[in-house]
Amino acid sequence: MAEEEKQVTRHDVEESRSLFTPFNMIAGIFLIVGVILAFKRFTGGLGAVTNLDHNNPWGFWIGFDLLTGVALAAGGYVTAACVEIFGMKKYHAALRPAILTGFLGYSLVVFALLFDVGRPWRLPYPFIVNQGVTSVMFEVGACVALYLTVLFLEFSPAALEWLGMKKVRKLAIRLTMVLTFLGVILSTLHQSSLGAMYLIAPSKLHPLWYSPYLPVFFFVSSIAAGLSMVVFESTLSYKNFRNKMDEEHKKSRNAITIGFGRAASLVLAGYFAIKIFGVALGNHWNLLFTNMGLWFQVEMLGFVLLPCFLYAIGVREKNVKLIRFTAFWTVLGIVLNRFNVSLVAFNWQLPMEARYFPSWMEIGITLFIVTVGLVVFRFIVTRMPIFYEHPEYSTEH
Amino acid sequence: MSTSRRKFLKWMAAAGAAATVPEKLSAHEHFTGYPDSYGVLHDTTLCIGCRSCEAACNEVNDLPEPDKPFDDLSVLKEKRRTDDKSYTIVNKYDVEEHLRSPVFRKFQCNHCLEPACASACFVGAFTKTPEGAVVYDASVCVGCRYCMIACPFDVPTYEYNKALEPRVMKCTMCHPRLKEGKLPGCVEACPMEALTFGKREDLISIAQERIRKYPDRYVDHIYGIEEMGGTSWIYITGAPYEEIGFRTDLGITPAPEFTSGALAMVPIVVGMWPVLLGGIYAISKRKEQIAKKEKEDEVTRAVNENQAKADENLKNTKEKAQKDQEFAVEKAVKKALEEAEKNKDSGKEES
Ligand code: SF4
Ligand code: SF4
Ligand code: SF4
Repeated sequence: MAEEEKQVTRHDVEESRSLFTPFNMIAGIFLIVGVILAFKRFTGGLGAVTNLDHNNPWGFWIGFDLLTGVALAAGGYVTAACVEIFGMKKYHAALRPAILTGFLGYSLVVFALLFDVGRPWRLPYPFIVNQGVTSVMFEVGACVALYLTVLFLEFSPAALEWLGMKKVRKLAIRLTMVLTFLGVILSTLHQSSLGAMYLIAPSKLHPLWYSPYLPVFFFVSSIAAGLSMVVFESTLSYKNFRNKMDEEHKKSRNAITIGFGRAASLVLAGYFAIKIFGVALGNHWNLLFTNMGLWFQVEMLGFVLLPCFLYAIGVREKNVKLIRFTAFWTVLGIVLNRFNVSLVAFNWQLPMEARYFPSWMEIGITLFIVTVGLVVFRFIVTRMPIFYEHPEYSTEH
Repeated sequence: MSTSRRKFLKWMAAAGAAATVPEKLSAHEHFTGYPDSYGVLHDTTLCIGCRSCEAACNEVNDLPEPDKPFDDLSVLKEKRRTDDKSYTIVNKYDVEEHLRSPVFRKFQCNHCLEPACASACFVGAFTKTPEGAVVYDASVCVGCRYCMIACPFDVPTYEYNKALEPRVMKCTMCHPRLKEGKLPGCVEACPMEALTFGKREDLISIAQERIRKYPDRYVDHIYGIEEMGGTSWIYITGAPYEEIGFRTDLGITPAPEFTSGALAMVPIVVGMWPVLLGGIYAISKRKEQIAKKEKEDEVTRAVNENQAKADENLKNTKEKAQKDQEFAVEKAVKKALEEAEKNKDSGKEES
């Protein structure tokens, strides 16, 4: 503890003295490489940086930046629903960081899509030129666009407090309830629709992962992802931005960890149950001991059932350390699940040499995007009232 | 799924879609093929793998020069697939167990009756034309490549190496040529009449007739009548389909039906969620209010109690003070009277 404290202060001192902190250096390298790769992408086409081909049109960017990104940004709507709709005011301190993470998360998703789609300047076409309403992707696009706007508005009070624009802020605050409702509805729709996108390809997705209930799976797992992400993010933030947190934030930290851990445990249990139900419904038991089946078991036992138990134990023994570790583990599990659906179990029947594996440049651009996100996050939390209440407004709510 | 349930879901989907784009709707209703549409029958027993169709396709569609010339038959050694430079390819399959000679099979878009690609595209870039061709409009395509994910036959390909205007590339069934009254390039070029162009219904009759006439030559199945809800290109062959590059596990459900259920949930969620969440909100709000009221009541009670106590104290004090005062006055009066009496007495004595 004491050492951590020292580190933080030393870090701060260095930061004010020079730009060459380890974080800045690594971030700088990722950013430079990213800009070069981006140049390559937009001058040479997708083929210049990706391993995508005619059999595998979606790769790492869709699997990680889109599917995982959206799932991990679910903390915003989950926390907003808890605090504003379910009335759990004691988790209030978690709300602003979660909204900010959600807002940045979705912004990055859209940013990443600019790299992935062939003609990014046409992204508004589905809404203004020709509406493909039979497409699940149309629904995803519409919801993500609207939800990004909602998140922007939900986040705006913090920025407005920072800018000292009291009147506009008051207006934005008054919208809170409407925005929360909209946020939950839009999130339900597009979190599930991301899964529904794969419904069209039963012949390409392995039967253990394909199910008519894919949308339900994606939705329920996004709740677990959101809850875990709030805990995980708060752990990281406490390490790095503790000096920005007010007493209330620090005090409610453990309560939030335990409360969200309990909820995540329940959600994961439910998720496990419906996944098993899915296997039973398709009567795919016989597939469980094939190679793909064993991998399915690794995902289900190691990254759903195990964290479900660990959360439960952590909550019962009030072991916040264990809960924090489990949050991290669950986040990994979500990444694994989205990768499995989009990359591992997709096109599973193709011969090995026709399968897709990402190029380092695809991963490089993803790192670039994540780094941009971290830098913006740091910019915001070191300036705006995210981890503390602005003194002028602290008497509200 | 029973018909009534399906109808209901469809109706719900329609209601949801109608809210956004009313006049688009009719185009997306359940659809079982245009009655007089055209198609092509590929009879693999007649195909000799000469690649004339590939050459013709390349020419009529102005596609780029191939890596190896079309008369180079060595490419048949590999299993190829179509790409952004070729809308069609012919592969060779050795099926010694069943036939002495190898089987050649041509790949291109199957022009589904209810195309997965069209239902998946979020900007509606694909159209199933009344002539039977499924055509693509590059002028609206965003390049998301969801059509490629959706197509069960792995047909659409993408110009990955173009930075500015990459397109999805696939066989057009020579729709522009059909409009001019010409045959598709590949059909016209085939020297063996392994490809037959015509009304889909007629083609089915022809295929059935051939199978009936030469039961030893053909497998008793016409691929494409029912697969994925039916395709405009249909096939007959002498070897088991799965051994010559066909997927026989696709089923007969048209692709749009896989997603219609999920899409039908949209209006339900939009309709139900606010009610549910609103209810929860109202309850939690009410709980909050009750809690608040209880707290307030508690406070008022405490305050009132205090007030009462204070009042009583005050009263007591006042009473006491008054008593004290009265007592003092009485005492003073008494004293004064006594004094007066005394004076009187003494005055009497003096005088
Ligand atoms: S074969 Fe594929 S590309 Fe061709 S119409 Fe059918 S779904 Fe579309
Ligand atoms: S790549 Fe183009 S044609 Fe294919 S689904 Fe996307 S927008 Fe539609
Ligand atoms: S129909 Fe036309 S586009 Fe299609 S394979 Fe034949 S020649 Fe090529």
